[in-house]
Amino acid sequence: MSTRLPNAGRLLNRSKAVEFTFNGKRLKGFEGDTLGAALLANDQMMVGRSFKYHRPRGIIASGAEEPNALVNMGQDGRFEPNQRVTTTELFDGLTATSQNHWPSLEFDVGVANNYVARFLPAGFYYKTFMAPRAAWKHVFEPIIRQSAGLGKAPKDRDADRYEHFYAYVDVMVIGGGIAGLQAAKAAGDSGAKVLLVEQTRHWGGRAPVDGAKIDGKPADEWITETLAALAAMDNVSVRTRTMGSGVYDHGYVLAYEQVADHTPGDGRPRHRLWRVRAKQIVTATGAIERPLSFAGNDIPGVMLAGAVRDYAINWGVSVGDRSVVVTNNDDAYRTAITLKEAGLDIPVIIDARAEANGDLPNQARALGIRIETGKAIAKVKGGKRVTGVAICQQAGEGAVLEEIACDSVAMSGGWSPVVHLWSHCGGKLIWDTEQAHFRPDADRSPTGADGAAFVVPAGIANGAMGTADVLVDADKAGKAAAKAAGFTAKRTAAPKAVQVDEAALSPVWIMPQGAGPKARMKMWLDYQNDVKVSDVQLAAREGYESVEHTKRYTTLGMATDQGKLSNINGLAILADSLNADIPQVGTTTFRPPYTPISMGAIAGEARGEIFQPLRKTPIHGWHEKNGVYWEPVGHWRRPYCFQRSGESVEQAVHREVKNTRENLGLLDASTLGKLVVTGPDAGRFLDMMYTNMMSNLKVGKCRYGLMCSENGFLSDDGVVARIDEDTWLCHTTSGGADRIHAWMEEWLQTEWWDWKVYVANLTEQFAQIAVVGPNARKVLEKLGGMDVSKEALAFMEWNEGKIGGFDARVYRISFSGELSYEISVPASQGRAFWDALHEVGAEFGAMAYGTEALHIMRAEKGFIMIGDETDGTIIPQDLGLNWALSKKKEDYLGKRAQQRSHMTDPNRWKLVGLETLDGSVLPDGAYAIAPGNNDNAQRNMVGRVTSTYHSPTLNRGIAMGLVLHGPDRMGEVIEFGKTDQTMVKAKIVDPVFYDKDGEKQNV
Amino acid sequence: MLTLDCPYCGVAAEETELHGGGEAHLKRFGPASSDEDFEGYLFMRENPKGVNFERWRHVNGCGKWFHAARCTMTLEVFGTYSAQTTEPPKALLAKIKKKRPQWPGYGAEK
Amino acid sequence: MSEAVSALNNASYAGFVEVTEMGLQGMITLRGDLSSAAIKKAVKTAVGVGVPEQRKMAMADGKGAGWMSPDELLLLVPYAQVEKTVTGLQKTLAKAHFMAVNVSDARVMFRLKGAGAREVLAKVAPVDLSSDAFGEGDLRRSRIAQVAAAFWMSGEDEFTLVAFRSVADYVFGVLKIGAQPGSEVGYL
Repeated sequence: MSTRLPNAGRLLNRSKAVEFTFNGKRLKGFEGDTLGAALLANDQMMVGRSFKYHRPRGIIASGAEEPNALVNMGQDGRFEPNQRVTTTELFDGLTATSQNHWPSLEFDVGVANNYVARFLPAGFYYKTFMAPRAAWKHVFEPIIRQSAGLGKAPKDRDADRYEHFYAYVDVMVIGGGIAGLQAAKAAGDSGAKVLLVEQTRHWGGRAPVDGAKIDGKPADEWITETLAALAAMDNVSVRTRTMGSGVYDHGYVLAYEQVADHTPGDGRPRHRLWRVRAKQIVTATGAIERPLSFAGNDIPGVMLAGAVRDYAINWGVSVGDRSVVVTNNDDAYRTAITLKEAGLDIPVIIDARAEANGDLPNQARALGIRIETGKAIAKVKGGKRVTGVAICQQAGEGAVLEEIACDSVAMSGGWSPVVHLWSHCGGKLIWDTEQAHFRPDADRSPTGADGAAFVVPAGIANGAMGTADVLVDADKAGKAAAKAAGFTAKRTAAPKAVQVDEAALSPVWIMPQGAGPKARMKMWLDYQNDVKVSDVQLAAREGYESVEHTKRYTTLGMATDQGKLSNINGLAILADSLNADIPQVGTTTFRPPYTPISMGAIAGEARGEIFQPLRKTPIHGWHEKNGVYWEPVGHWRRPYCFQRSGESVEQAVHREVKNTRENLGLLDASTLGKLVVTGPDAGRFLDMMYTNMMSNLKVGKCRYGLMCSENGFLSDDGVVARIDEDTWLCHTTSGGADRIHAWMEEWLQTEWWDWKVYVANLTEQFAQIAVVGPNARKVLEKLGGMDVSKEALAFMEWNEGKIGGFDARVYRISFSGELSYEISVPASQGRAFWDALHEVGAEFGAMAYGTEALHIMRAEKGFIMIGDETDGTIIPQDLGLNWALSKKKEDYLGKRAQQRSHMTDPNRWKLVGLETLDGSVLPDGAYAIAPGNNDNAQRNMVGRVTSTYHSPTLNRGIAMGLVLHGPDRMGEVIEFGKTDQTMVKAKIVDPVFYDKDGEKQNV
Repeated sequence: MLTLDCPYCGVAAEETELHGGGEAHLKRFGPASSDEDFEGYLFMRENPKGVNFERWRHVNGCGKWFHAARCTMTLEVFGTYSAQTTEPPKALLAKIKKKRPQWPGYGAEK
Repeated sequence: MSEAVSALNNASYAGFVEVTEMGLQGMITLRGDLSSAAIKKAVKTAVGVGVPEQRKMAMADGKGAGWMSPDELLLLVPYAQVEKTVTGLQKTLAKAHFMAVNVSDARVMFRLKGAGAREVLAKVAPVDLSSDAFGEGDLRRSRIAQVAAAFWMSGEDEFTLVAFRSVADYVFGVLKIGAQPGSEVGYL
């Protein structure tokens, strides 16, 4: 059984006990434990079920590489699935439950998959769920969905907050082991601004566990001193619990700080995502131990040798009383020695190599440990827990020589540098034959904005395997990074360490090397996704030669651990099956993040009220209090209508239309774009921007204008007012203000930069209110001030002055066909002016109306709307707007394009009005159907509906649409298809349905 | 994520402050132009693997357009310069040529 | 004239940094040739300071001029003096090509005060806000989370920020969450 050792655990505070629960069981640990260490200390070896076969799985590793031990953490608003126990810090009150089993961890129905495993090979889903088609939707998908995923998705709203943080440094060092510390020190000594991050809560990495001595001191002492030296430098910052998540172009690094995962609810943000811009990045990311592939290597109790050592030394946990060590290298002997010295049994060290005569094997021998060289594990015995191993010759096919009882197996297939961050932005790798791993090719680093290398690998992450080599390499890396960032490194020597000579490892990709098919089906490569040696071999036989294809076919390396343990072993099996060299097969692409990061951290502050900017007019607050039904327009919220009690949206809209046509409507039009264009060349400039002539507009007058892109397509419209000799005010659509402002600036800055014109976007400087209806003049006259009579202010004129004491600019324009004034006042007075209009207008039937009433009234008048009648493929000629295209001008934006043959094609659909014969409302976007079929065997189409409403004024459906030869077919009846397959007949009519002669607006 | 030096602000602006504007130094053809010239102006774009001249706007910043010479493969930025010019500055072209001797030169592929 | 109100009516939030909406502030966008003698003279007359250097805010006696782009300044004057100042500029610059418009109501102004002010901004602006890169009088146009903004260091541990009026609530929300106690980063 696994248990806590007495008086051990360098990271523990044994005077501080911590309580937690796992699957409802109350358990105890200590401050400094990871959840993984505490579970092992409580003999909770089995912690979950595998994804596909539901096999019992235990903790295998001690860090970020853990594939098995994923749990549901927390409750309610702090519930989160798939949390790795090996990187979860223990805290008082922690609650965790195991996942992917039903009804319980101990007894699981899904384990049936395990017994049919031979019928669930690689590509099983691809091969099986092909046909019949209908079965996918009704049978396969519901079943697969039911069983998909590991943990359960959280149901409650996240109780925590998250944030981003921008930092700018000369050198960022990722990894706080002895390499990272030394690199940070060397870089910091040069005066460079350094940020050092470490993903765990403690510094120093594995050196103390391996018993390293640096500058004659125990590693722990050197680490403490180095940290103190770093703390004394103003130019160096260090952060624990902060993982270098990804390296991106131009020295951009994302780092994931787990601020309060271990102190939930303490008022701090849970995670902070650092968005760092570094001139140079040092990756001191260490290495990950590889498992060995032998039958039953996934049975709980089989662990990485380095992890077994970590648990013993860091957390005082013995994972078993009798541990068999199986290895192809010298490093694993450290585990045997550690356990033996802790008083535990090591019945045998199984070494696949022909001989083991290095310092470490000799030390083990001296402790009386039995060493079997040239041997392998034929099979691990046990179900939910290891009970023993069967030994065989590594060179043979697995004939059992001996069975040895044990309750844990510590395995080591050698160490692979963590090259993820080096590789994210294009760093290349080389295959190190001696160590049988990929390591960074220092000559092919990622390059930055200046074309120079910006990532420097350091220490074991660079393939420097011994302590002394690590420190020398890291010192060099820190200095190189500082130099590349423009600093002069101090001429200091790297710390010295005694390096234990280790004999060469022997690459072992399967154990024993001649293992038969049955054994290979029990050799796990990817624990989390249940990919075995036999699956990769099958993929190779079926022709998946590319490693990227094999990955996707078998799902090798596609789980949440992203193949940290399985990558090299899988490649080696694939290479072997293809009779190719490993470097020839290559690796899959390393992509950020290094380990999964929370969605909350990515979102940062952007959630709830500030998920997205919400633009509010000065009158927004009134709308909120008066039954508003909002419509999003860009980032604005505009009132669609104002509902009164008991009223439906449609009833409210109809009331607003009726009241505006009969009495007085008030519209908050503040969102309309207001661009001021001024300068000696402003007129000439606007003549280019608009299709019509603006330079000859008289001061005091308004003109409706159209804007097109250089493709000739309509992009915006609005009323332009000439303010003075050199100044025009251009109204744009609500959604178009920023776009059109940018469009004007673009032409002024990049094409006509010698023209003397300035543009300013004054959209938000003013609140704008449309005062509309037969009583519009009465209310303004009652407010008093400016003369708004027909004589003083005629249709399409503007004036400025005081209205009711407010500074106002009044435009006599109409988008509804009624007598209408659009009045702009400073935004700071917008609300007060709106209130005054309501107060004084009460006796004239003043009533606010929203965008839908506006739309209906403009459709009744046959006015087009950008975004309804236009969709980015419509030219003014399509809409019968030829009158707005200046014939006098040689040029305007879009003019040349409108001369192209496709644009002058007489068969382009043109705008008409549509009236259903039965008075019903045409469906929006419906197509007009003509006899015959097109080449795709679809019905021929001759038109479509662009705007359609029930007109309360006419009490019938009205619509506008684009129809083939439409204007020539007045009175003709055509048919529109509805989604229920029926047809509706509509007559082609003039698009102006209401007050064709404009008598109402021109009074 | 890219950073480009805004020649007007003098800051290294990251991509979230910028807005890309496509190929640089297009010559506008208006109503009197031939179909071929207009097609070239409106639709035809260089898409080089390597040195590229492009337009950017410092939209969350000074609001100014500028030009950048950049490698589309390595994202190396050779330089940024004013938008008020119809071709890249000579000194910049010389710098690029020195860094990329194989590069055929500005406009050579047109 | 009716009582004018700013976007958030002087709302404030006391976190580890104090965030305050500054009420009505006179602001003028002045565009023109900043190197010309005419503009220099007009700016001096209008706000009492010279044309600021690139990315600087020049302040004196509650008035000031901020560098917004090579041809644009943001002039700060008391709210009640805006119209008079604009008229004055128009008079001084009558012969020049320029633009002077009142943008006071199109904007909202916030002040961040406290030892952590740099950090609150650094959470939402892609700008190096360390003391060696950004000091008093430095100004930057950038973005605050998802919206455009300009900010300058207006005193010790104090920043002033200008954004569009329509997003005042959004900007306030973003600054409040960044300034919430417990959110100190301890880096800048």
